[in-house]
Amino acid sequence: MIEVNNLGKSYDGNPVLERLNVNVKEGEFVTLVGASGCGKSTFLKMLLGTESPTSGELLLDGKPIADEPGPDRGIVFQQYSVFPHMTVLDNVMSAVGFAQRGLTGYLFGTKRKQARKDAEAMLNEVGLGHALQKYPHELSGGMKQRLAIAQALLGKPRILLLDEPFGALDPGIRADMHELVLRLWKEHKLTIFMVTHDIKEGFYLGTRLWVFDKVRQDPHAPQAFGATITYDLPVNSKARQPAAKTTAETIAPLLAEKAG
Amino acid sequence: MKRLINLSPAPATRMFIALLPFVLLLLVYIVASDARLEANPNDKLLPSFSQMGAAIDRMALEPSKRSGDYVFWVDTASSLKRLGMGVAIAASVGLAIGLLTGALPVINASMSPLLTVISLIPPLAILPVLFIIFGLGELSKVMLIVLGITPFIARDLQRRTQEIPSEQLVKAQTLGANTSQIMVRVLLPQLMPKLIDAVRLSMGAGWLFLIAAEAIASTDGLGYRIFLVRRYMSMDVILPYVAWITLLAFLFDWLLATLSRRLFPWNVQGGNS
Repeated sequence: MIEVNNLGKSYDGNPVLERLNVNVKEGEFVTLVGASGCGKSTFLKMLLGTESPTSGELLLDGKPIADEPGPDRGIVFQQYSVFPHMTVLDNVMSAVGFAQRGLTGYLFGTKRKQARKDAEAMLNEVGLGHALQKYPHELSGGMKQRLAIAQALLGKPRILLLDEPFGALDPGIRADMHELVLRLWKEHKLTIFMVTHDIKEGFYLGTRLWVFDKVRQDPHAPQAFGATITYDLPVNSKARQPAAKTTAETIAPLLAEKAG
Repeated sequence: MKRLINLSPAPATRMFIALLPFVLLLLVYIVASDARLEANPNDKLLPSFSQMGAAIDRMALEPSKRSGDYVFWVDTASSLKRLGMGVAIAASVGLAIGLLTGALPVINASMSPLLTVISLIPPLAILPVLFIIFGLGELSKVMLIVLGITPFIARDLQRRTQEIPSEQLVKAQTLGANTSQIMVRVLLPQLMPKLIDAVRLSMGAGWLFLIAAEAIASTDGLGYRIFLVRRYMSMDVILPYVAWITLLAFLFDWLLATLSRRLFPWNVQGGNS
């Protein structure tokens, strides 16, 4: 479905990514890991359409990917990806409003009722059914990300892009979010690309793990070469172990040890 | 003893030290006024509170002998009408310009330099031009307020629009939104509380331009009255008028702040997610 041919990206003549050659099939769950500044986020932005390649090709179904964001590619950022002035329910319903043509994106009548039903169902699915009328600033970090995911999914994207979505969350919450993402990935038959700092998260989630790094290094000119995908590892979904325990689960054995 | 920067007053103390300067100023005024009036009962510079009360009684509660109007209220009504119209027009135009230039780089490129130049023109310097074009009627006074504060509101809202995280714009696009949907549903609602903030900040300038215009060419209004009675050194009218203007300005500011809190409960510090 996605074809990357000798893709490169440079800023002001400094290459960030070079010689990228991969293929991704529909339904894969790819996690992208690597050091800061290695270009994994840049690659995600090219998929998203906010950055465009400087050389090579990035093809979706054989055609170059659009150079602006569109409804076939959903996104969840680490922060700022929900609308602060809308309630939880309105945030998700806005996805339906934006999907139709028109000047304002407001919904009326039966369309509105149907959108509300769909949005409520989606919010129940991600576990936000109790917070429909809350504003995002009243939600915890994990709940905000659940909302962002629900909103992205109601836009019915083929590809879901996750840019360090759980980077700011506590380990316990993060484990819950992993379950949620895996469940939604299977239910909605999505193709997912997820950038993460946490390599364990990369091994736990997904079907493929990409490591971004520089193959060529010039110590006198560290900017001279860009990074590429150095490892493309299949991840065995049967070997999945929960990535992180909750604080209580971590502490309980320690306490028992002390007591004993 | 704590460092001074770590020392904050208890609520009761805070109230006391907040009121203290007001009380001191009043006392100084009363003592000085008494001293001058004792030396010369006809002194006009520092009228006593009873003289000011009598003046307001005359202006606000008795019809004028010449026109039969209650001068104080007629002045207030015409001034507020001019200020209200000026600020309303400035807010609408400023919002439109701010939103369009902030959201659309093409419009920004063509309008920003012009806006910057216009905002640098001292509005009072072109007041004569306004009088020549629009005549000495209401329109020129309203136009002075509009020209005076629109550039500020427009540039402030332009900046506020650009401050909205680009993640939100990208998110809306991934949900299928087109440009106008993003402007109407994502940007505009988030600008409304910022518009109220900008209006609050520009009210001071609004009053300045109102009083300046009224002082130069008018037949009624708070600014007109103050400058008219200056000829007779009527401090007993000027001081209550100034106090009244201050009170009105305070009330509008409070009203706008309350309105903003009520209408936009989501607009809290750091509520940008």
